[in-house]
Parts: sequence; structure tokens; C-alpha cells
Amino acid sequence: MTPQQIHELLLEKFQDKIESANLGSLEPHITVKAEAIADVCQFLKSDQRLQMNHLNNLCGVDHLDAKTGTGRIEVVYHMQSYPQRHRICIKVALPRTGDGPNGLPKCPSVTKVWDVANWHEREAFDLFGIHFEGHPKLVRILCDEGWEGHPLRKDYVFPTHYQGMRAN
Amino acid sequence: MVLATQSEELVEFDVRTDEMLINMGPQHPSTHGVLRLLLRTDGEIIFGVESHLGYLHRCAEKIGENLSPVQWVPYTDRMDYLAGMNMNLGMALAVEKLIGMQVPEKAVVLRVLIAELNRIASHLVGMGAYGLDLGTFSPFLYAFREREIILDLFEEVCGARLTYSYITVGGVTHDLPANIPIPPGLAMLTGRDPKSTMSWIDACTLFLDWLEKRISEYHTLLTRNHIFIKRTAGMGVISPEKAASYGCTGPVLHGSGIDWDLRRDGDPIYTRMYEGFDFKVIVAPFGSDAPREAVLGDNWCRFYVRMLEVVEAIKLVRQAMAKYPTAQGEYRVPHKMNTKLPKDEVYLETECPRGAMGFYFVGNGDSKPMRARAKSSCFCNLSIAEELCEGVFLADVPAIVGSLDIVMGEIDR
Repeated sequence: MTPQQIHELLLEKFQDKIESANLGSLEPHITVKAEAIADVCQFLKSDQRLQMNHLNNLCGVDHLDAKTGTGRIEVVYHMQSYPQRHRICIKVALPRTGDGPNGLPKCPSVTKVWDVANWHEREAFDLFGIHFEGHPKLVRILCDEGWEGHPLRKDYVFPTHYQGMRAN
Repeated sequence: MVLATQSEELVEFDVRTDEMLINMGPQHPSTHGVLRLLLRTDGEIIFGVESHLGYLHRCAEKIGENLSPVQWVPYTDRMDYLAGMNMNLGMALAVEKLIGMQVPEKAVVLRVLIAELNRIASHLVGMGAYGLDLGTFSPFLYAFREREIILDLFEEVCGARLTYSYITVGGVTHDLPANIPIPPGLAMLTGRDPKSTMSWIDACTLFLDWLEKRISEYHTLLTRNHIFIKRTAGMGVISPEKAASYGCTGPVLHGSGIDWDLRRDGDPIYTRMYEGFDFKVIVAPFGSDAPREAVLGDNWCRFYVRMLEVVEAIKLVRQAMAKYPTAQGEYRVPHKMNTKLPKDEVYLETECPRGAMGFYFVGNGDSKPMRARAKSSCFCNLSIAEELCEGVFLADVPAIVGSLDIVMGEIDR
């Protein structure tokens, strides 16, 4: 299936939950409302025409406007289907702060759809500070447990000390 | 009086074992780097595994956001440091796709040649280290003897033995040298004069001729070894559905019987490189090649996929060497370090020895990408280990983790 056909199929099924699409990009992507992402992914995986059984990549992207200090955080899902031999990129736009723990933005977890999302979501939580709701064990994976802040955010301030020791 | 051994309660008390937490790693020879596995054991049986990563975390992605892509190439070397060339290739292709760059034919042939040669070196380490995990030392020595010659050849090409930064945006950094001193290891093994010189292509051909004959010996030493089969066959089974769901790629996916190789099925910019090359994608099951005890998706299948991929890689290197003399164009097209990246994004995966390594770049009109993401194949391959190791014996944990052939530099980035 081409990205256009996948987009039409999603529009038909989820209507207003599909926010926008950029199919002319080098990486054609469809933006989905955050609350619907788990359902959309489940549909993408289980529908016979789509069968997206492999999640290539899940990561965050911080779109911070340095002038205004506002912006959004995107969660990007790259997926593909081995039987159908097609691929697509789905995105979710989140506010930079939200009502999750510690003021983090919330996004439904897709660990129930693909097992690999477990570690990817932990990484996105660790480095971007995205709270994935419904994740079985959302703890840091690459940084130390006691680490403060989320390093891949654009406004992350490099720490001068780590647990009382000078770091630079 | 009742004897202790006759009372059921007492017997139960006597043999009862407490739950014990065992730390395997972070400094453990069979964890292939600094991986810490927290094992919850009942006697010899594992009933819970928790992996702790990040000991080698350098936040390479943050560094990538503060450098232009060409400057980031040396950092990709240090991800999968056993296959630096393949890491460079994936990153270079992603950037070329983003800026719409065409690479001359000569650079393409050189890239295939070098990347496949690195695949041989990487799988040799995979084989040797797996033998080491299972308690046999000699395959490791043989594997490193062979790998040493490949590293010597790489050193003649680009000056580095491990962190090459050879494949870069726009092509490769150097052409093949015309005349090189014969690698000392190769001179010794083939009985040549150690002071003799020959062209790089001749040295590589000499090495491949020599290596090809040795592969049946590795099979005798490991693949068909009774103890090796006992330790690997039927152990750590990954079903095709699980392999897809856990995002396994490379030999782990092929070992589970899913026929998907990015060199054939991947992005057009990548598959174009391999057009006109004849190679087979190695996929389990292996029919009569496999021992009776082997099942689809077990440790043995994953190991055997790697062994056969070496044979395919040798074929590919030979074809690339045959194409090299007539390949058109330069080995590199000029590329300015501060070339602006367009406001677009690209995600590209390449078939590295350990699986599909993905690079994701988001440009915003600046020479530095707004987001540089390296998706590690080992990261996904390792995530299945927690499930695989449940219910096995403690001694089988290295056999399972080793069969995934992980490199921590790539997982932690």
C-alpha cells in the first residue's frame, strides 16, 4: 500500500482523530491525536490490509522555539509490515509540559501492540521526558536512576555537578 | 524415631532453596561489554531477568544535534565498534537521501566491498566470542587470527583498525592503495615472503581464497560439535511472531525464519547499491543441514545464519573486486561540512552484521540536524533476552545472550 492509501484507510476508520498528514515528505508521515495513538497502532497492526507487525523505531523529537520558549514534543513511530512490504511513519504531537507526573506530557503506551515498544518508550521517557500511560515499568533505561532532567530536550541545562562531584 | 530423610516435611525443608539475586555483569566476559543482568534464581533455575543498560551511554544523539553530519561520522564508528564501516554507511546514506546527493559508481563499489569485508570480520568475532561464551577457547583464537588480516587490510585503506570513519557523506575518504606490504599474518599463513608487496586487491583475494577453505574447519570445530549442539540447539527459541513483535532484525530475525534482508527489501537508495550483485539471503530453517535437535529460531539457527552470511559476504566482496577496475567516476564527490540540511526528515535502515541499524535525521534549514537519532538493532535484539532467559538454567544464560550477538557500544550509544 502507498502512504496515500494508508492515510485514506485511517481517515475512514478514525476520522477526526487524524490531525494532518505530510505525504510529500521524504518520510511520509501522518499525525494522529495523542489519545487515539494506541487504537490507531492496534488497528495498523491487526488490520489484514495493513499488518504492520514490526515497529522499526520509536523516538521523540523536541520542536522548541528558542525565541518564545514554547513548542511541542513529537513522538515518532516508524513501522513496517513484513507480509505486505509497506511502511509508514505515524506522529503524535504533545505539549512540552502536561499533567503527567512531574509535569511531563502524557501519551498512551503501545507496549501492548509491539513488545519492542517497551524499551523504546523507556528510552523516550528517559531522554525526552514523555510519560507513557499504561507502560508496565516506566523507569530510566540509559541514564542513571537518580539522573535529573531529560537530556535530549532542547532546553536541557548541562549539569555542573553529579551527586556532589564536579562533572566538568 | 523418624529418620529425617523419611519425613516429607523435613525433606522439603532440607532441599528448599531461597530465592537468590545474582548480578551477572557489568564486568562479565560473556555479556559482551558492560551489560548487567540481574538474575532472580531458584537454585540453578532462572525465573526472572532484569537488564540494566547505560554503562556506556554517551548521549551520541545529543552530540549529533550539535555537529554537522560529516563531523558526526566518527561517533557512529563507536556505536557498533566491531562493524564501524557498516555504521558509517548507514549514516552516510541517510544524509545523502536527505540532501538528495548522488554518489559515483566507484564509491558505491568501494562501499559494498568494504562493508561486506567488515561483515566478515564482525561475524568472525561473533563466532569466536560465542565459542568463548560456551567454554571453548580455540575458535576465538582462530577467528581473531583471521580478523587481524582484515584489520590490516583496512589499515592500509584508511589508516585505522577499528574506528574507520572511512565511508562518509559523498563517498569514501580514500581510494584503494595500489601497492601495500603484505599483511604479516597473511604472509605467515600462506608462506609468502613477509617483505613482499602486492596490490590491495591481490592481498584481499589471497586472503579470501585462504579464508574460504577454512570455513569447513570452523563447522567441524563448532557447528557440528556435539557439545556445542547440546548447548545451543532447541535453546532460546524465538517464534517468528515474537521476533517481529520484539523488533528483532538481522541474524536473529533470519534465524526465526522471516525472509527480510534490507539489502534486497530496504530503501531504494540502499538496494540500488547491491543491484547487479548476486547473493543469497540466509534464512532458517536449514533442513538437512541442521542437527536433529535444532528447531526454528533457536540459538543454533542464529549462529548458523552468521556462518553462512560469511560465505555470502565473501561472494559479494569478490564481485565488488571484479567490478572495481571498471567502475566509473571518482571515489568521492566534494561535500561541504556546513551544507544546509533541508526542512525535511529521513529515516533509513541498513543491514548491519547485527541487524537493521536505523538513522533518523530531521533537518530545519541549518547545517546541524535538529534531531539525529540512531536506532540500534542490538537494543531491540537484547530486549527479548529477558523473556528468553526465564525458566532456563543459569549456565544457559550466556548461551542465549551470546547467540543474540550484542555490542554494548551500539545499545547504549
